[in-house]
Amino acid sequence: MTGADVLLLALGAVAVGAGVLVVTTKHLVRAGLYLVVCLGALAGDFLVLSAELVAWVQVLIYVGAVVVLLLFAVMLTRAPIGASDDLDRPGWPAALIGGGAGLGLTVLLVDAYRWSSVALPAAGTAERLGEQIFQSWVLPFEVLSVLLLSALVGAIVLSRPDIGRPAPQRPAAPAARVDVEPGGRR
Amino acid sequence: MRPVIPYVTAALLFGLGVYGVLRRRNAVLVLMSVELMLNAVNLILVTADTTARAVLPHSGQVFALFVIVLAAAEIGVGLAIVLQLYRLRATVAVDDVPLTEPTQPVDEREPAVLDAEARR
Repeated sequence: MTGADVLLLALGAVAVGAGVLVVTTKHLVRAGLYLVVCLGALAGDFLVLSAELVAWVQVLIYVGAVVVLLLFAVMLTRAPIGASDDLDRPGWPAALIGGGAGLGLTVLLVDAYRWSSVALPAAGTAERLGEQIFQSWVLPFEVLSVLLLSALVGAIVLSRPDIGRPAPQRPAAPAARVDVEPGGRR
Repeated sequence: MRPVIPYVTAALLFGLGVYGVLRRRNAVLVLMSVELMLNAVNLILVTADTTARAVLPHSGQVFALFVIVLAAAEIGVGLAIVLQLYRLRATVAVDDVPLTEPTQPVDEREPAVLDAEARR
């Protein structure tokens, strides 16, 4: 056991423990905050595994952007602040399938790698990864930029209810609203 | 470095993600569990970069970056869908969503308007 192994064990334990709390906690907001701990521990794992750039991108995009988006969604859907009891379905099939997938993969990987040891490769700095992306992986990179653009446009179209409706319905909608107002007071 | 440690971590995280997706009713929590699964895949890719000697160096890390970009796109569109669902039905519970086509046209007005009509 070298220092890297000890660090990997500790960070992995933190990540798995926080992951357990994400899928079991009764508080919506706390689930998002445990997700931060889990993703941060994984970023530490990436650093130990000499993937520098991936670790910083993980911190920036996951911990910075994705979790903030998720917490925004929690607030916008008017989630209760305290514990809520209706977050879960009955859990036996989920525990069976999830546990089966996790333990099956664990057995497979432990059997494949045993207690073997490898030397860490050269660190994946921004310079080396950038050379690889812009020399060997240019086409996937460009396709991903198109995908990001389409996801952006799709999210805008989805979240604006006035886009994409049939045109003749538009004049009817305000009239219906005006009708409802005095009706509600009656 | 023993590669079995991060591999086992990733396998357990993936199992937790599958459990969360199947167990949770709230759509936002389902999305969080999907993030757990995607991160397990990222950890596998980065670890495989150290154990497998590929022709191109750092392929695993490049793929991990691509997966992070895909996850960002997924969470953007997914949350837009969740918010639209909340606007239409005033709920984010995934098992309240009908899987069949609605027999009557879905009423697309705001929940507040529908509440006012129900009270009348």
